[in-house]
Amino acid sequence: MFDLLGADRPLAAVLVSLVAAALIRGVGRWAILRESCTFGAGIIKLGLVLSMVPTVLDGGVIESTRLTLIPGVTLHLRADPLGLLFALVASTLWLVTSVYSVGYMRAGRYPHQTGYFANFALCVSATIGLAFAANLLTFFLFYEVLTLATYPLVAHNRTAESRAGARKYLVYTLTAGQALLLAIVWVYSLAPDGEFRPGGMLPAGLPSTTVWGLFGLFVLGVGVKVAIMPLHGWLPVAMVAPTPVSALLHAVAVVKAGAFGILRVVGYVFGLDLLRDIGADTVLATLAAATILFGSLRAFRETHLKRRLAYSTISQLSYIVLGAAVGSVTALAGAMFHIAAHGFMKITLFFCAGAIHTASHRDDVSQLAGIGRQMPITMTAFAFAAAGMAGMPLLPGFISKWNIGLGALSTGQWVWVAVLVTSGLINVSYFFPIVYAAFFRPPHGTVSPERPAMTVPLAATAVAAVLLGVRPDIGVGFYRLAWSAAQSVVGAGIGGSP
Amino acid sequence: MSEHLPILIVLCPLVGALVVPLVARVSLRASRALTVVATLSSLACALAALRMVLDGDDWHYHLGGWAPPWGIEYVVDPLGGGMAVVVALLAALVAIYAGPHLRVYTALRGAAFDSLFLLLTSGLLGITLTGDLFNLYVFLEISSLAAYALLASGGERAVVATFRYLLVGTIAATFYLLGLGYLYALTGTLNMADLAIRLATVPPGSAMTVGVVLIVVGLAVKMAVFPLHGWMPDAYTYAPPPVTMFIAAVMSKVSAYALIRVLFFVLPAGDAVDTARAVLSWVAVAGVLAGSILALAQTDVRRMLAYSSIGQMGYVVLGLSIGNAAALTGALLHVVGHAVAKGCLFGAIGSMPRQTVQAEIAGFAGAARRAPLTMAAFTVAALSLVGMPPTAGFFSKWYLLSGALDADVWVFAAVLMVSSLLSAVYFFRVLEQVYFTESPSPPDPGQASGMPPLSWRVVVPVLTLGAAVLLIGLFNGALVTSVIQPALPEF
Repeated sequence: MFDLLGADRPLAAVLVSLVAAALIRGVGRWAILRESCTFGAGIIKLGLVLSMVPTVLDGGVIESTRLTLIPGVTLHLRADPLGLLFALVASTLWLVTSVYSVGYMRAGRYPHQTGYFANFALCVSATIGLAFAANLLTFFLFYEVLTLATYPLVAHNRTAESRAGARKYLVYTLTAGQALLLAIVWVYSLAPDGEFRPGGMLPAGLPSTTVWGLFGLFVLGVGVKVAIMPLHGWLPVAMVAPTPVSALLHAVAVVKAGAFGILRVVGYVFGLDLLRDIGADTVLATLAAATILFGSLRAFRETHLKRRLAYSTISQLSYIVLGAAVGSVTALAGAMFHIAAHGFMKITLFFCAGAIHTASHRDDVSQLAGIGRQMPITMTAFAFAAAGMAGMPLLPGFISKWNIGLGALSTGQWVWVAVLVTSGLINVSYFFPIVYAAFFRPPHGTVSPERPAMTVPLAATAVAAVLLGVRPDIGVGFYRLAWSAAQSVVGAGIGGSP
Repeated sequence: MSEHLPILIVLCPLVGALVVPLVARVSLRASRALTVVATLSSLACALAALRMVLDGDDWHYHLGGWAPPWGIEYVVDPLGGGMAVVVALLAALVAIYAGPHLRVYTALRGAAFDSLFLLLTSGLLGITLTGDLFNLYVFLEISSLAAYALLASGGERAVVATFRYLLVGTIAATFYLLGLGYLYALTGTLNMADLAIRLATVPPGSAMTVGVVLIVVGLAVKMAVFPLHGWMPDAYTYAPPPVTMFIAAVMSKVSAYALIRVLFFVLPAGDAVDTARAVLSWVAVAGVLAGSILALAQTDVRRMLAYSSIGQMGYVVLGLSIGNAAALTGALLHVVGHAVAKGCLFGAIGSMPRQTVQAEIAGFAGAARRAPLTMAAFTVAALSLVGMPPTAGFFSKWYLLSGALDADVWVFAAVLMVSSLLSAVYFFRVLEQVYFTESPSPPDPGQASGMPPLSWRVVVPVLTLGAAVLLIGLFNGALVTSVIQPALPEF
């Protein structure tokens, strides 16, 4: 019935970690077996996702068997360029994070590791599902599963603080989920199949009040996960989670699900022309620009390392929103590429923060003097990732920013370029002192040696980030995927990579 | 034999109710087994009948060979047959579940319990299958009387709580009967199909209006629609766990079924019904909000669930007051989904130790460690009531929402959203205790003997219901196209 190694590979990629989650629960007593499940599923999943790259790069799509969800609407998975890009990022980083998690959780002797790894697998399953979702109902299904699966991870430490953080997370995301649900039901009453279509799925001739209403609900619905400004409150609080959770969920899965959602909504539900007609693109871009500046400034003021990274995430995610709102091919490609670029860089930074915490129990940026000499690999990786965040050329952050900036210029919106440049400067000013102090100030106190289970993953992501910056198409072709997705949305001719 | 399936559905538990006390004099084990067999065979008959109906036409069974409108007619159609399957399924699972709880009873009390339980089951099944409004009243009374006795068996406070229920329930039944009297006076018939034909020709007038109002109010009270819900939280809290599980799961749903049957299949479309539906819609809105808010205020989980039921039944009423295809689909799916989920929730709570004394939220600390399986089922059922995908509750909410948008009633859509969020708050309060709070006294091996492991007879029904919540959600498309859509009235 299913061809799990052929057309049903998107479905198989979702199922792999779902099955893994069940297995991990089952064999939780034996740590070795449990970890083998995680790694096995991670490798199989990555293999499945990678095997889809050639077809999609050649302009094809891979569609899974449709399963009826409600009469007329199916559970429909399809690997298109944008979805595959996101799935690639998520499955690559899941594997890396799994290695890191084992090191981190064992080093910290964290309890309840079985639940941790099971929920982790569930989260990744949901992420892949929403990456490949071909219609709104399927998207929503996985979007909410992701919310639910993340909740126990945030509350993992079972302290009053982590419970409160998890509660806040739920309040934000569930409220957003309801707004999104209403928006989606509304879309289904207008466009009965609800399939994502490059350039928009809504029928022509809708009154502008309807479009505005839908736009508001959608922005509220996915804006919480992408932490657009007044909706960002949960993100810094959710940093109470163990660091690998923060790394994967707040650099890759949850927040990127929001960013991905924005791209889907803007490019595949509304279409840019419709948004421009009612002027919603300016509203979205303004929100994004405000969030970029606000996030950077808050990160600058924050002295707790993980929280500084959280605010940096808030700011960086809005680059993607800004790119989507600017909406030219170049800007969209930049925004889509930033999913990968930010993913690799931010996860490196979180890994570093976690490694520092494990080795020295230091969380505040003022305590990091000299730590670069004690943890050279960690801090070198940190330095590269931080430079990438600021948009240093030859690092991936530069490529996405360059494209978004070019796109803004080509549509005459130079003010967004100014925002990008300003944010880059603030980035430098809050990351550079950390790096400087770490390498050029004398160390105080001792730290335990670096653990390979943690340094290897963080070095790997840092190297991957650098490679991505030098040759954005290296290996799996993140950049080409981003371009082909952007071109399909805007409807420009094929082949115009700059 | 198979041509008598419709009546066998009702007769199996009825005969069981009569035989069980006699068998119990010989062996309590045998009478327990008989109870389970009676409900299971009823379930098998209901499934077989529903299957035949779905393949062909509605099944009209004339009791004693007397043709309607003089004789009493049983009708198995997708709506009634589907409802009968739900009731019989829950009855079978509760019959199994009750075993360990009855262990402390004397043989006589155990037999009385089983006998009343079977009587209640046959009454509820009768309501779902009868094609005669007066016969429906008879079954309504049979089931209510059995329910009063069962609810009151939980001790002194249960007696007081049940007495309130008895007063309200009797008044409600009387309302229904009075209303029926008006309709009978107008048409001279009690058969549903016949009544529907004849009422269509009766000019609207005050007699008709009074009849409609009395019937609708009577059934609404039986459903514990806000603000006539006062008896419910106490009754649910103090009754023995299997009783609460069964009654909370199906009793109000069967009344909801009766209301849908009367509103959409018997009464003619017109001012009286439209007004009734308009009033019901605002009652439902008030119920949804009040139920959810009051649930928030509870510290006893059983009371919380009782108030949540009031809110959730509001969803059903909202669906039938909107009354278009999508909303009715949602209402019917919610009847099924909520029955299964509520049964699961009360079943899981009933398996907690010392729960007859109290079920405070704080007492759930660390419950996931003690009873991981039942608590997993509890979680799934709770998520269904919150309306999270891919559970049954999400999809019924989806249909209700699209029904509300089709009918352009945004207020109702907003009410559904708010209620979902409120239910999320009160359920996650419990789930946080279950999963993320350590129990105050960690179970040390010495004390473990005081807490025997849960019997499979408790775990299996709860898990079955939990799995059903998920399966109904994932396969709701099949359920809707094969059972619910054929069950809808023609538009």
